[in-house]
Amino acid sequence: MDLDLPLIWALLLATAVFLYVAMDGFDLGVGILFPRLDRGEERDVAVNSIAPVWDGNETWLVLGGGGLLAVFPLAYAIVLPALYMPLIVMLLALIFRGVAFEMRFRQDTEAGKRNWDNGFWLGSTVAAFSQGVALGAFVQGIAVEGRGYAGGWWDWLTPFSVLTGVALVAGYGLLGATWLLWKTEGALHEKARGQARRLGGTTLAFIATVSLVMPFLQPAFADRWFGFPHLLFAWVVPVAVVALAVVLFRFLAAAPPQGARTSLLWRDAIPFGAALGLFLLCYIGLGISMWPMIVPPAITIWDAAAPPSTQRFLLAGAAVLVPLILVYTGFVYWIFRGKVRAGEGYHH
Amino acid sequence: MPWDAFPSALDLARFQFAFTVVWHFLFPAFTIGLASYLAVLEGLWLATGRALFIETFRWWLRVFAVAFAMGVVSGIVMSYQFGTNWSVLSDRAGPVIGPLLGYEVLTAFFLEAGFLGVMLFGLNRVGKGLHFAATCCVAIGTLMSTFWIIAANSWMHTPTGHDVAPDGRFLPLDWWAIIFNPSFPYRFLHVVSAAYLTTAFIVGAVGAWHLLRDRANRHARLMFSMAMWMALVVAPAQVVIGDLHGLNTLEHQPQKVAAMEGHWEERRAEAPMILFAMPNMAEERNDLELGIPGLGSLILGHSWEAEIRGLKSFPPDERPTNVPLVFWSFRAMVGIGMLMVALGIAAFVMRLRGRLYDTPWLHRFALAMGPSGLIAVTAGWIVTEAGRQPYTVYGLLRTADSVSPIAAPAVATSLAMFVAVYFVVFGAGIWLLLRLMAAAPHPAQEGPSEGEPIRTAGITPAPSLPHGQVTQPGPAE
Repeated sequence: MDLDLPLIWALLLATAVFLYVAMDGFDLGVGILFPRLDRGEERDVAVNSIAPVWDGNETWLVLGGGGLLAVFPLAYAIVLPALYMPLIVMLLALIFRGVAFEMRFRQDTEAGKRNWDNGFWLGSTVAAFSQGVALGAFVQGIAVEGRGYAGGWWDWLTPFSVLTGVALVAGYGLLGATWLLWKTEGALHEKARGQARRLGGTTLAFIATVSLVMPFLQPAFADRWFGFPHLLFAWVVPVAVVALAVVLFRFLAAAPPQGARTSLLWRDAIPFGAALGLFLLCYIGLGISMWPMIVPPAITIWDAAAPPSTQRFLLAGAAVLVPLILVYTGFVYWIFRGKVRAGEGYHH
Repeated sequence: MPWDAFPSALDLARFQFAFTVVWHFLFPAFTIGLASYLAVLEGLWLATGRALFIETFRWWLRVFAVAFAMGVVSGIVMSYQFGTNWSVLSDRAGPVIGPLLGYEVLTAFFLEAGFLGVMLFGLNRVGKGLHFAATCCVAIGTLMSTFWIIAANSWMHTPTGHDVAPDGRFLPLDWWAIIFNPSFPYRFLHVVSAAYLTTAFIVGAVGAWHLLRDRANRHARLMFSMAMWMALVVAPAQVVIGDLHGLNTLEHQPQKVAAMEGHWEERRAEAPMILFAMPNMAEERNDLELGIPGLGSLILGHSWEAEIRGLKSFPPDERPTNVPLVFWSFRAMVGIGMLMVALGIAAFVMRLRGRLYDTPWLHRFALAMGPSGLIAVTAGWIVTEAGRQPYTVYGLLRTADSVSPIAAPAVATSLAMFVAVYFVVFGAGIWLLLRLMAAAPHPAQEGPSEGEPIRTAGITPAPSLPHGQVTQPGPAE
C-alpha cells in the first residue's frame, strides 16, 4: 500500500496539538481567571472542575513534542532551539501550575494558600502567553542553515509574537470562562457568564487583528487568502467565525429560562462549544496559511519526515492506541460529568 | 572539566540535563513502586474486606497525588529538552528513539493521567471494582513507561538494529533488535527493582517513624512489615541483577567498568578489588589506593584468572570524562545496596524472634534508610551516564556533536531559571510530602468516608453509589 505517511502524520499531529489547545486551554483559562474569583469556595470549585482531568489534558502536549521528535525529527531539531526561551518559560510555568493543584489545598495558613493561588494564576497565564509567543514566532518564520537553526536566541521576540501571546491569554480565558459557565452554578456561574462576554469580545478583536496582520508577514500567506482560486474556498473561514460569534453571544446573553432542567446541561455547554469552534477555525486558518510547511518559510512536511520505517512503526500503534485513548478519556469525562459543587473532591 | 573559564554551552547543556533529569527521576523512582503498593493494598482490601488496608491505601494516596504531580510536570521538561538543548542528537537519533518515546506517551502517559483522576477523585463516583481497575491501570502505566524510556536509554548505550546514513542519521532497520537491545533486559530489571526498593525503604521509614512514636499503631505496623518483606526479598535480588548488569556493561562498555573499578593498568589475572582510591586523571593512576587482591577478577570475571582491561588500554578520547565521579558514585550505590540487604536481614531476624514492632534500634535504622533508595538511584544514574561519556549514542555519536546551536548565555539563563524554580517548587513539594508522611495514620482516615451519601448534581443521572451502598441520592434542590 502506498500511503503518504508524512501527510497522515501531519494530520495526526495537528489533531494532537489541537486537542491539547482545546483541553489544556480551558484548564489554563480557569487559572487565568483566578484573580476574578472569590478566595475560598469559588476558587475551590473552579479548581475541582478541572482537577480530575488536567493531567490527561496536558499529556497531549507531550504527545505533540514526542510525536514531532519521532516522525518529523528535523522540524523538532530546528523549531525547539528557535523557540528556546518561550518554550523553557512555558515548561517552568506549567510546573508552577501543575504543582499548585495539590499545594493550594494542603496549606494551613491563609498566606500559604494565597501564595499557591498566585502561583496557579501566574503559571497558567505565563504558560498561555509563552505558547502564544511561540506560535507567533513560529508563524513569522525561522532562520535555517543546513539541518539546524541559524538564528539568535532573541529572534522569537517581535511585536507580532507579543500580539499572539496576549491573544492566546484572552482566548484561553474565554475557554476557561465558558467551561466554568458549563460546569458550575450559582454566583460563580453568573460571574463566568460576565467574564465570557468580556473575553469573547476581546478574543474576537484579537482574531481580527492577527488575521489582518498575517497576510503581510509572508507573501505566501497573502496568496493563500487573496489569490485566485484559493479565495473561492478561503472566505468560508471568516464567515464561519462570524456565525459562531453570533451563537456564542446569543447563548451568553441571558440566564436560561427556569424549568427546563433536562436541557440545562447542554444549553450551558453551547458557549463552550462555540468558543472551541472559534479555536478550531483559527487553527484551520493557520493551516491554510502554512500548508505544507512544517518549518516556515521553507521546510515542508516531506523534507522533515523521518524514514518510512519510523513513521510506519509508530503509526501501527497510534492507529489502535489513539482511538482507545479517546474512548477512555471520554469515559473519564463522563464519570466526572455534571455540575461541580462546593465541598466535592477528595481534599477534605 | 574546564570550569575555570565561563562554561561552554556544551557543559551548561550537560549540567542542565543532569540537573533536570535527576530531579525528575526522584519522583518516578518513588511513584513507580508506590503505584504498585497502592494496587496491592486496594486488592487486599477487596479480598479481605479489612478496613486497615483501605485506610492505609487512603493515607498513601494523598502522598502519591503530590509525588505524582511533581513527576509529571518535571517529566514534560524532559520531552522538550531533547529538542531545545540536544537538537543534533534529535535530528540524527530521532527516527530511532522518537517512536519509543511516542509509545511511552501512547501506552503509559495517557493511561496514567486518565485514570489518576478516577483514582484520586472517583472513590465516591464509581464502584469498588472500577476504582480498583483504575488503580491497576495507573500502576501498569508506570511500568510501561519504565519499559519504553529504558528501551530508548538502553539503545543509546548499546545501539543495535539500525543503519547509519551518509549524513549521520540513524535509520531503523529492526525494531525488535532496537527495543530488546543487548543491555535492555538488565537495565530494565535493575531500574524496576530499584524503584520498588526506593518505595519500600520510604514506606519502611514512615512505618518506623510512627512505630517509634506509637508501637501499637496498626497502620504503621502494616507498612513496616510489608516494607521489610520487600527489603528481604528485593534487595538481595537487586544485588544479583546488578552483578549481571555489570557483566553486560563489561562486555559492551569496558571503559565504563574500568572507571567504576578504578583500574588504569591492564591486569592479566588477580586484579584487586579497589575499596578506596582517589583516581588521578592527570597522571593516569590512583592515589591512596586500598584494595583486596584478586577479588576484582573474581567479581568481574567470576574467576581468579579473569583478565581486566584498564583505562590506559583505551585512547584518552574514548575514556569516561570524569573517572572519580563514576568511581565514587559506584561505591555509593553498592554501599547503600549492602546496607539495604543488611536491614532486610536484620528485620527478618527480629520478625522470627517476634520483636519486629518493638525494637527501636531497628526502627531507627529503617528511618535512616528512608532516602537510601533515592540516593542509590541517583548514584546509579551517574555511574551509567557519566560512565558512557564522551558519547550520547555509544561509539557512534559524541556528546560534543549532539548539542543544539544555542549560545552559552541562553543556556546559562535557562539553567539559572531551572535551578531557581526547581528549588522553590520541588523544595516546597518535598516539604509537603514530609509533612503528609509525618501525620500519624489512624482509622478515621481523611478522604471520603464510605457511608457518606454522594452529592450528585440534580441534572445528571445518578452516578454509581459509593461502595455498593443502596441509598438514593437526595433530589436536586
